[in-house]
Amino acid sequence: MEVILIKYGELALKGDNRSFFENKLVRNIKEALKSFDGVKVEKTHGRIYVETSNNAKEAIDKLKKVFGIVGITIAKKVELDLNEIYDSAIEVMRHYSGKSFKVETRRPNKSFPYESIEISRMIGSEILKNIDDVHVDVHNPDVVLNVEIREKAYLYSDTVDGIGGMPIGTNGKAVVLLSGGIDSPVAAWMMMKRGVEVEAVYFHSPPYTQERAKDKVIDLCKKLSEYGQDIYLHVVNFTDFQLEIYDKCPPKLTTIIMRRMMMRVAENIALKYGAKALITGESLGQVASQTIESLYCTNAVTHMPVFRPLIGMDKSEIVEISKKIGTYDISIRPYEDCCTIFVPKHPIIKPNLDEVIKGEKELDYEQFISSLEIDEIKVKS
Amino acid sequence: MEVYLDNSATTKVRREVVEKMVEAMEVEYGNPSSAHRKGYNAEKILSKSREDVAKLLGCESHEVFFTSGGTESNNLAIRGIVHSMKRNGNHLITTKIEHPSVLNVMKQLEEEGFDVTYLDVDNHGYVDLDELKNAINDRTILMSIMAVNNEIGTIEPLDEIAKLKQRKDKFYFHVDGVQAVGRINIDLKNINIDLLSISGHKMHGPKGIGALYVKKGTKIKPILYGGGQEANLRSGTENMPGIVGLGEACRFMKDNFIEYEGKLRALKKRLYDGIKSEIPDSHLNGPDIDDGAPQILNISFLGVRGEVLLHALEEEGIYVSTGSACSSHKNTESHVLKAIGLNHEYIEGAIRFSLSVFNTEEEIDYAIQILKEKVNFLRRYKRR
Repeated sequence: MEVILIKYGELALKGDNRSFFENKLVRNIKEALKSFDGVKVEKTHGRIYVETSNNAKEAIDKLKKVFGIVGITIAKKVELDLNEIYDSAIEVMRHYSGKSFKVETRRPNKSFPYESIEISRMIGSEILKNIDDVHVDVHNPDVVLNVEIREKAYLYSDTVDGIGGMPIGTNGKAVVLLSGGIDSPVAAWMMMKRGVEVEAVYFHSPPYTQERAKDKVIDLCKKLSEYGQDIYLHVVNFTDFQLEIYDKCPPKLTTIIMRRMMMRVAENIALKYGAKALITGESLGQVASQTIESLYCTNAVTHMPVFRPLIGMDKSEIVEISKKIGTYDISIRPYEDCCTIFVPKHPIIKPNLDEVIKGEKELDYEQFISSLEIDEIKVKS
Repeated sequence: MEVYLDNSATTKVRREVVEKMVEAMEVEYGNPSSAHRKGYNAEKILSKSREDVAKLLGCESHEVFFTSGGTESNNLAIRGIVHSMKRNGNHLITTKIEHPSVLNVMKQLEEEGFDVTYLDVDNHGYVDLDELKNAINDRTILMSIMAVNNEIGTIEPLDEIAKLKQRKDKFYFHVDGVQAVGRINIDLKNINIDLLSISGHKMHGPKGIGALYVKKGTKIKPILYGGGQEANLRSGTENMPGIVGLGEACRFMKDNFIEYEGKLRALKKRLYDGIKSEIPDSHLNGPDIDDGAPQILNISFLGVRGEVLLHALEEEGIYVSTGSACSSHKNTESHVLKAIGLNHEYIEGAIRFSLSVFNTEEEIDYAIQILKEKVNFLRRYKRR
């Protein structure tokens, strides 16, 4: 029968925590395949085996989005019987007429009475006896037929790459500031890839931003949630606060002060829901609020780490990832920047922290932050 | 209170129309082409609906062809004429303020090698008759000019335009009547139009249905081929619920035209007067207030972003539309407002109000009051 064989790399190195990581990965795999029938997930040394009565190819599409997996392959699982192993090897190799091959055997199960090299040789010669137009090349083969001798025998020829990273939930929780643009969902995804569970916060300013802009952010969360977690989206009604900033703060500082307020609000949400870090899509120098001086000013309001995984990336690199993960087409829907009245015509590029603090003196932001209306939306994939 | 002032986008379907449509789906659901009684009954209903449309337009019922809506009617009229007339010439005339379902067909035809003249309009949206006259040449095969502009309500001088076509002229005259029929008086008996497009959902009928009037004797080819329905001009099993709905909507418009036209004009005047007296720096776009279509009013509120105003009004249950989607995307600015020479600030602040007979004076007064509040509020927060 066919089983899906999953390889995971990095987390095998994690010493005492290893079983914690592995168990998390197993749970995330089960979650990814929850709509499939007859799913059995089994963990043995350094491998996870998945069986399902549904189409294995569809299961692989799901597994390609599970962080922590480095390789996925469909393997044939047979009894520890040489004839069965031969038949199965021949069946696999029939797909490769005209190609060169070699057999690579691993034998964790030492009770099997042949050594790895012997097994490879025996299988190889059976293949040559039964298939005319394949030949052996041990140095530079077109195809490697892998054979693993465990409590059963597993045979497979090609492996597709997994997405890598670490299982979601193994590296704590963080709150990402999602704008609806291209960058912030990529930043969220990159931290999810490192095993961080995320919650999202979006600042909604009706009538300056419209309902469709909010839907866009919900759709971005939905796309992100395909990578292994339901996402709680906190929608902050921000209009009155923005108007207050407009009224009380110097025009050229409104953007930087608004950013500081957003960080404060996000940090409050993070504290409330047990997150220990913030994530932003900032990339150094991309816009006025992302200069080193501006980041210094926005960073100064927070007490938790702020992850900026895009900080050293070019826009084109960010775009490339957003296309790969499927958020790009959502991000480019044109409902974003209709609140330009809040962006000063001449924003300050190198703000001075003392000046900024002075600039928000008139603003009773603690009062505003504590009275903000926040809707929570649970977004499932 | 909910005040729907976006009737040029689409309209509420009249209850009587809905009832007729339900009957066409649940009781008389036959295919008019079927040989049996069920089909015969459907065919009768089809003929009756065609008559209702013809009566509103002032034409013969065999000159009415059902389509899927305004866009298809415009495509069929233009492409259908071009197909049959391309041996006579390769020149078409239209205006810069047509609906995209005309303009984009024209653009495509240009790519296919046809010459298209796009007529300018003046700052009220009217085409220049002399310019039009000069544009006509012996290779002209079609002119397509809208009756009422959907954004600013300009009523083009169809009578005079039609008279430019001489007896000897071979070209055809198509009119996009989607915003006009039932709102202004178009009687095909008295005016020399060859093709006229109409749409169901702009006149309290359903979406997905429209019609094209094609004057008897006009040489036109289909753009869809199939079972030969609609006298071979528009194949496809008839959309009977839609057709019945359109017929009923037309019957209503015909029976109540004078009353409706007067009511719409009075509501529009009330809205305009209210805005002018309550809100400074509001500017009428398009034709003079008494000259335009009775249902369309386009106003620029200077210093306000139209889209933001739209969403602010929506919060109070008032629905309108704008002249541009978002000021940061200049390419979404209305081609009509540009064509009448409005500058960026006027286009950015433009709101289109389009009325229906379901609106009341009370709704209009409420809309004026909310508009005043919202415009004042939004003007406080300018980009600086």
